[in-house]
Amino acid sequence: MKKVKFSKPEILKDNDTHYCPGCGHGILHVLVARAIDELNLREKVIGIAPVGCAVIAYDYWDFDCCEAAHGRALAVATGIKRSRPKQVVFTYQGDGDLASIGIAETLHTANRGENLTCIFVNNACYGMTGGQMAPTTVVGQRTATTPWGRNPQYGEGWPLKVSEMLAPLKGVCSVVRTTVSTPALVRQTYEYIKKGFINQIEQKGFSLVEVLSPCPTIWRKTPQESMNWIESHMKEEFPLGVIK
Amino acid sequence: MSKSQTKLKHKVMIKKDKCKGCGLCIVYCPVKHLEFSAKLNKKGVKFAKEKKTNQCIGCGFCFDMCPECCIEVYEEK
Amino acid sequence: MICVLSAVLKSMKKSKISKNPGKKILITGNEAMGEAAARAGCQFYAGYPITPQNELTAYMASRMHQLQRPFVQAESELAAINMVFGAAAAGVRAMTSSSSPGISLKQEGISYMAGAQLPAVLINVMRGGPGLGNIGSSQSDYFQSTRGGGHGDYFTPTLAPWSPQEAYMLVGLAFDLADYYRNPILVLADAIIGQMVEPVDFSLKMKFAKKLPPKSWALTGAKKRAPNIAKSFFLREGDLALHNEVLRKKWEKIIRNEQRFDTHKSNDAKYLIIAYGSQARIAREAVDYLRKDNIKAGLFRPISLWPYPKEGLEKYAKGVKEILVVEQSLGQMVEDVRLALPTAKISFLGKAGGAIPATKEIVQFIKKL
Repeated sequence: MKKVKFSKPEILKDNDTHYCPGCGHGILHVLVARAIDELNLREKVIGIAPVGCAVIAYDYWDFDCCEAAHGRALAVATGIKRSRPKQVVFTYQGDGDLASIGIAETLHTANRGENLTCIFVNNACYGMTGGQMAPTTVVGQRTATTPWGRNPQYGEGWPLKVSEMLAPLKGVCSVVRTTVSTPALVRQTYEYIKKGFINQIEQKGFSLVEVLSPCPTIWRKTPQESMNWIESHMKEEFPLGVIK
Repeated sequence: MSKSQTKLKHKVMIKKDKCKGCGLCIVYCPVKHLEFSAKLNKKGVKFAKEKKTNQCIGCGFCFDMCPECCIEVYEEK
Repeated sequence: MICVLSAVLKSMKKSKISKNPGKKILITGNEAMGEAAARAGCQFYAGYPITPQNELTAYMASRMHQLQRPFVQAESELAAINMVFGAAAAGVRAMTSSSSPGISLKQEGISYMAGAQLPAVLINVMRGGPGLGNIGSSQSDYFQSTRGGGHGDYFTPTLAPWSPQEAYMLVGLAFDLADYYRNPILVLADAIIGQMVEPVDFSLKMKFAKKLPPKSWALTGAKKRAPNIAKSFFLREGDLALHNEVLRKKWEKIIRNEQRFDTHKSNDAKYLIIAYGSQARIAREAVDYLRKDNIKAGLFRPISLWPYPKEGLEKYAKGVKEILVVEQSLGQMVEDVRLALPTAKISFLGKAGGAIPATKEIVQFIKKL
C-alpha cells in the first residue's frame, strides 16, 4: 500500500521550467503553488509576474496571472486589488525589479497599506540580463558592471535593505526575511508565504516576504556552493528573521 | 511507536527526465540515500536517483530542495 | 478651482441633470470629462497632479469617493498608467489623465496595454513643450498621440474635442470604443478646452452602435474556467509575429470604421482651413469673417486624429483652391493632410510654446493666398 508523503501540487504545471539547475525560483514556485493549494486559493488568486528570470512565471502556475512592466508590479497589483478586492493578489519580484526601477512603486504601495502580498526574490544581481550589479549586490561582489567587486568608493553604493526600509511604514503589517539554503529554511519560507496570504485575507495591510535566493549561473558557483554562499556572505549582510 | 510503523518503508521517485542534475537533493539527504546516475537523461545530464541500499527515512528534504519538483516521496507497507 | 467644484456638485444634486435634457451646467472641460467618466461607469481612476488638468484629478477624487469607487493619487504618472493596466486587466473600466510631460512618462504603459489588448481611457490636456515647457495651450503632442508615442507597432485611437460639451461626449464614447476594440483610447484636449468654463448638457451622448462583447479574458480569479493571463510578451519563435497580425487586423478595422470629423461652411469652400480642438474654434471664427468679405472659406475639423478622417477630407477637398492647416505646433497634423492630399496646395500656419494663431492672422493669411 502506497501513501504519498510529498508530491508536486497540481497548481504547479507539469512543464519543464527554463530556470537554471539549482535556481531559487524553482524552489519558490513550488512553495507559492503549495501555499495557494493548501489555503484553497486557486480560484481567488491573481499573481503578477516581474521582468527578470521569472518573467514567464505564469507559464508554470495554473491560476490567473498578469504581466507587469519592469518594476511596476506593485502598481499593477494596486490596480487589480482596488478593482477586485475579494481576490488574493500577489507580486513575485526580483531585486532589480523591486528595488531599483520599481523602488517608488514598492515604497508607495507599502506606504498606502495596500492589502497585498509581495514576494521579493533577492539574488543580489540582475540575473536575466547577464548578472549586472543590483541594489542588493554585496560590497566586493563581482558582477558584469562591477568587474572588480562592488566598491562604495567608486560611487557604487551599498546593498539596499528593502525589508528594513519598509518595516517602519505604518501601512506595512509584516516584513520577514528568509532563504531556501537548507530544508529547514525552505519549510520556514513556506510558512512565511502562507502567512503573507493570510494577512491579505485578514486585510491587515502590506506583507513583504524577502527571500535570499541562489543564482548559480551568475554567481559562477555550483548549486551547493551557491547555497553555501548565502550562508557565508548574504546572511551577514541581510539578517534573517521577522523584521516586523 | 506502533508495530506497523516499524515495518514502514520509504521510497523516493524521481522523474529522471525532468531532473537538471543540480544535485541539491543528493547533498541535503541526511542519510545519503541519493546519488547521481552513471547514464545521461534526455537533458544530457546525470540525474539523481536512489541508491540500491534503500536507506530512505521519508523526511522529504529532497522534495523541499528540488527546484524542478520532480521528486515524490512515499511510504510503503 | 475648488469653488467651481463644490458649486458643480451642489447644482448637480439639486437639478438632477440627467433627467432634464437641455438643462445645462456651467463647468470646466476638465470636470466635464471627469463627470463623463463617472457616468460611463469608470470603476478605477489613477492620476497625478499636473497643470492644466488638476481640476480633473481633483474632481475624480471627490466624485469617485461619492460613488464609492477607487481613486488613487499615484506616486507618479507612470505608476498611474500601470495601475490602470492592472484595473483594465481585472476587467473594469479604468482611466488616467495627465498633461504632455506626464503622458511621455506613460508611454511604456500604453504600449504594454496595446500589446496586451487592454481597454482604458487616457486623457491628455496638452500644454507647451518640449520638456517642462509651460502650462499654456498647445497641440504639440499630435505626433506623440497618433504615431504610437511608445514603442512597437500600435496605435492609440485619438479623439479631439473642441468644447467642454464635446469633451464630455467624447469621453463617454471613448469608454465604449476602448471596450469594443480592447485598446487604450486617447482623448486629446488642450489647456484651453480643459480649463474653459462653458455650459454642458449631461444628457447628450455620442452613441456607439455596436454591441460590446463580454470581458471573458479578464482576470477575475480562475473559477470554473482555465486561467487567463494578461500579457504582451510572446517569446516563442513566431508567436509575436502572429500576435501582431491580430493587432494589424484591429488597426485596419478601426481605420475603416472610426473616422470622425465635422465641418463648417465647407460645402462650397474654395479655401479650406483644417484645424482641431481649441484652434478649430478660432478657425471657425476666421471662416465667418472671411465669408463676410465674400471669400468662400470653410472649416474641416478632424475629431478623430487617429484614424485620420482621410475619406471625409478627400471629399471636402474636392474643388478647393487652397488649403491652410492651422495648429498650435510647429507642424504636426499638416503631415497627415499632405499624406491624404498629395497633389493639393497646402500651406501651414502654426505656433508652439503656448502661442496661439489668432483669428486675424488666419484671415490675413488666407487673404494673401
